Parts: sequence; C-alpha cells; structure tokens
Amino acid sequence: MSEVILQVNDLKKHFPLGGGVLRPGRRRVYAVDGVSFQIDRAETLALVGESGCGKSTVGRAILRLFEITAGQVVLDGTRIDDMPAGALRPLRQRMQVVFQDPMSSLNPRMRVRDLLAEPIRNFALAKSAADLDARIDLLLEKVRLPREAKTRWPHEFSGGQRQRIAIARALAAEPDLVVCDEAVSALDVSVKAQIVNLLQDLQREFGLALLFISHDLAIVEHMTHRVAVMYLGKIVELGRKRQIFGACKHPYTEALLSAVPVPEPGAARKRIILKGDVPSPINPPKGCRFHTRCPYAFDRCRVEEPELRPIQDGQFAACHLHDLPAAQNPMRAAGPH
Amino acid sequence: MALLEVENLQTHFRTPEGVNRAVDGVSFSVEAGETMAIVGESGCGKSVTANSILRLVPQPPGSIAGAIRFEGRDLLKLSEAAMRKVRGDDISMIFQEPMTSLNPVLTIGRQIAEPLRLHQGLNRKQVEQRVVEMLGLVGIAEPRRRAREYPHQLSGGMRQRVMIAIALACRPKVLIADEPTTALDVTIQAQILSLMADLKQRFRAAIILITHDLGVVAEIAERVMVMYAGRKVEEAPVTKLFRSPRHPYTRGLISAVPKLGSSLATAQTKLAEIPGVVPSLKARIAGCVFASRCALATDVCRRVAPALEEKAPDHFAACHFAAKATVAA
Repeated sequence: MSEVILQVNDLKKHFPLGGGVLRPGRRRVYAVDGVSFQIDRAETLALVGESGCGKSTVGRAILRLFEITAGQVVLDGTRIDDMPAGALRPLRQRMQVVFQDPMSSLNPRMRVRDLLAEPIRNFALAKSAADLDARIDLLLEKVRLPREAKTRWPHEFSGGQRQRIAIARALAAEPDLVVCDEAVSALDVSVKAQIVNLLQDLQREFGLALLFISHDLAIVEHMTHRVAVMYLGKIVELGRKRQIFGACKHPYTEALLSAVPVPEPGAARKRIILKGDVPSPINPPKGCRFHTRCPYAFDRCRVEEPELRPIQDGQFAACHLHDLPAAQNPMRAAGPH
Repeated sequence: MALLEVENLQTHFRTPEGVNRAVDGVSFSVEAGETMAIVGESGCGKSVTANSILRLVPQPPGSIAGAIRFEGRDLLKLSEAAMRKVRGDDISMIFQEPMTSLNPVLTIGRQIAEPLRLHQGLNRKQVEQRVVEMLGLVGIAEPRRRAREYPHQLSGGMRQRVMIAIALACRPKVLIADEPTTALDVTIQAQILSLMADLKQRFRAAIILITHDLGVVAEIAERVMVMYAGRKVEEAPVTKLFRSPRHPYTRGLISAVPKLGSSLATAQTKLAEIPGVVPSLKARIAGCVFASRCALATDVCRRVAPALEEKAPDHFAACHFAAKATVAA
C-alpha cells in the first residue's frame, strides 16, 4: 500500500541579492531551481548533498517557512503553496520539523511540559486538562525520557536528550510528515545511534513520512528508503536506497560516495577526488551544473543542461552520459563502493 | 626516545561547581613520521589534551600537571618566552574552524608570513617566496594573487588549506590537527585528507590527529588512542583497533557507526546504541569511568579503576574484562 502524502512539482526558490526592500537587486541566488519528488506515507526520503546545494531550502519551502518562487507543494492532495496563511494553519499540524540544534529551536524559558503542551493546545488536540497531561506523559515515554523531565528546562538536558524533546514536540501535533533537517548531525556517535533508532521506531509505530535532510551518507543509507541527491539547487539523481548505494548513475553521486571515509583500515576502494569547490549558486555554470568538476564531462555537458529522467525502474539521473553508447558510458555499471 | 612523550597529563579546571578533571592521567608518545589519532566523543578531553601540549590552556582556571617531553625537554617547565619559540615552529596546530582562527583583517599572505618572520629570521624577499611556495604546496591555484586576499574571499576548503599552510610554514616536527576536516563537506574533506597524507610523506612530521570520525581515523592514522571521560581507555595500531577492539567503549563506538554499503550486504539491523550519557567530570570517579554505561560492568568496575594494560602485543586497554570482551566479540 503506497499512498502519496507529499508531492513537490518543479519547486523553485530564488533569493534576491543586495538592494533594498523597495528596489530588490537584480542578481539572485538560485538556491532551489526546479525540484520535483514525492513521499509516500510511512516512507523516508533522504535529501543529500553538500552545503549550499539547497537541501535545507527545500525542507523549509515545503513547511512554507517562506514563500516559494515557483512550483507546487501538494500535501495529501491539497495544494498548500498558494494557500492563504489562515487557511494553511490547520494543515500545519500535519507537517512538523526537527532542526539540527535543539538548543536554538527549543525556547529556553519554557519548561518541557509547556514546550510539549503548546502544539497540543494550538491544534486543540486535547479534550481536557487530564487528557493533555496524559498526552505529555505518553510523548515522553515514546521518546524514552523520564516523566520527571516535564518540570525541567531545556538547558538541564544533554544534546541527545534535548533532541528527544524536539522530536516529542514534533510528534505532539500528530503529524503525517516530519522534516528532519540535519536532526542527528550535531550529535555524538553513540547518541546519534540512539536518536536514529528512535526515529525509525517512531516511524514504524505512527506511519510517519520522513523527509530526512542530511549530509551524512552512512546514516542516510542506514535509515532511508529512497534518496535524492542534490547539487547546486537541482536533484541530479533519485532512486531507491540500494540503487543509489549499489549502482549509482550520476558521476556526482559516485564521487560523493567515494569521498566518504570508511571506518575500515586498508579498505581498497575506488577513490574519486573532485577538483575545486562547488560553484556559486548565484551564477551556476551553464549546461550541466556539475560539468566544471565532473571527471567524465564532454562537449555536450558544457552547453546543454541534462534533465532528470528515468534510467531504470524507480531510478532517475540527470546526465548526458546515458545517451552515449553503453561502451562509452562510465556510469553504466558503477558497482558498489 | 620518542619525539614527543606525554606522561601522566592532568589538566584540571577550577569551576564554581568543583574541579573539572578534563584530562585525568593520560600518557602517550609519538614518533617522527607517525600519525596518531586521538578519538572520542565531545567532552572526552581530546582537544584539551592537544591544547595542553602547546600550553594553550588558560591558567587559571586551568592547571596542567605531569610531563610533556619534546625531544627530551619538558615543555611544562619552559618559560613563556621559550614556549613561544616552540609554538608554530617545532610544534604547530591546525584548528577546526578556519574562519574563527584566521584573522579577518589581515591578508592570508601576511598570516602565513607571521610564523616565518618570528621563527626563521628570513628577509622580506625570502618570506614572500616561502609564502607563495606554501600556498602552491597546499594546492591553491594562483598563489601570488591569493596571498593578497582576505579570509572572507576564500571558500571553506581553501581557508583550511591556508590553515595548513600556516601550520607547515616553519616545517614543524609535530603537527597537531584538531578536527581538521569536521567543518568541511565530504568532497572537500577528501581533498584535505589526501593533501595531509601527501605532506606527511614529504616532511616526515609527526601528526596528532584529533577527531570523532572513525572513518577519518581508518583513512590516515597509524595508531589510535581512544579517550573517554578524560582517560585513555585503549591504544593500538589502527588495524588491530578496528579488527579486535578490546575495550567495551571502543567496541560500542565502532558498532554505533553505520558503514557505507550496509544496505547491500544484509538485512537491515538496528544500530548498536551505547545507553546513557557521559558522566560528569566534576566528581571524582572511583572505579572505571565507563562503568555506568557498560554492559559488562560488575562491582569491581565501580570500585577499582582498571589500569591500562597490554592485553595483546602493542595493544593496550584499561578494562577489568578486556579478555572476556574479546571472546564476546
């Protein structure tokens, strides 16, 4: 049973650069430039890529933390990107977010009890005061925090515990979709494992759809169902986990995977070291955005932008190499790394 | 005699709530041309250990005890003036966040020139030449033009290259790298790691690499020391440590990290968790520091601190049950 909970069509978000409020500058940051994907109920889609690729902007655009430049965001059949703010409010209950740093996303002047009660009151989910208390106790139990945590302040907790509070608060609204924006990136190894396991358990229990935004590919591989790889505001490859990690079809994915250090001394691996830095999203390269760093780039890549298109069942890549005869295509049989 | 020997290092901080034993009796040594990694989670004392070597810990509230012998001289006994001659010349350091450790109002050329002027007594022309040479060495294109630029004009990866150029300008004998790639993207991290490996070959410097990333350790270290709550719990050559970790904490750390390619091999398993959190360092812990989170802990662990013993040739661990731990692995 698969039921689409979120559909994103050709999403664009350009930020004006310089200038004032009345006369915005003409230059723009093309943070997200035409991104489409969908997420099913109870599914995890990971958005991966390096800093500045636009993955967080996608997450925030879906939550409508700002207005988008173009495209559509459809939540469970309802288009929400052009909805008036008042009409959107009740729908916000269905999508929640967990940010990277709980110390800055949890109000330091609110006790845990109040932090958790706020979304419940906001969306009028509790029938009575007793119900509210029961819900808070249950939430704490679900994220494996002691009941006594209720009366304490965010600063009294460790980083991992604070992230549990942030997760409990996201769950309090009974959402269908949770955007996890680098939710485990700042945590220590042993605590990271605890939070990853918790998220997986909660997803199974509540049938949550997760948009898991992360740059940590090993964690992504561990917990996602599908992966979208972003580079300079575009999705360059999209596929099921095994397709991406086993036989990726885009040179950027290949380079990204090969750059991850593996905790196994002496492991023999194909290593691709990309030259230079990611180009600026203010002035992205013409043609394929990756051609300036791509080890396989040829003439066509410099002039024509490749579209994201199906390569095989469920796997999409935006790369001209797949138009070449198989023998000349280095991405044809990229094996596991 | 090793190039750098740290003996029973104790770096404590006086706080209103009590004495914080950030580093509590750590000993190790590094040879020329060797890369040793210090791994552990935040608060385990790895950065404080590094800062103690260069005496960068503010005293007070900090206090450093023990001995840090560099080429036989105890750095803790040197005057501040003599210590300044060591910093940046014999022993230098790369910090995690180049944006906060580079001076934003000086050109990068000037910042690379600073240690050269201070320590090597070169004239202007020679300094200029060395600056350009260093920038080229760390792989910055157009070094002459870049030398006149300011840190904000460079990308994160380039800033870290500049940090490395500064650290290596005086050809140090020991290079301490504190999370040198943590703030960088993986493709840039790969560039920096290969640069460090290359430069090590060239200069035969000893490298002390501080990191929490076991992947980076496996990639470039030869020997690994694992720290937990201010103490050293295990030390071994890198292959031994990853193949047969002896300390339950090390085993926990290794199995808590998912490996790339995990989805291809077997059915999905849960990540191994280490339950609980790191204990507060402000109260003296009588027994083993890891006892509160250890599955194997018994009464003896809570009472008696285990000594660091050689459990196998060249493989040290501080655990009463290290032998048992191996069987269980």
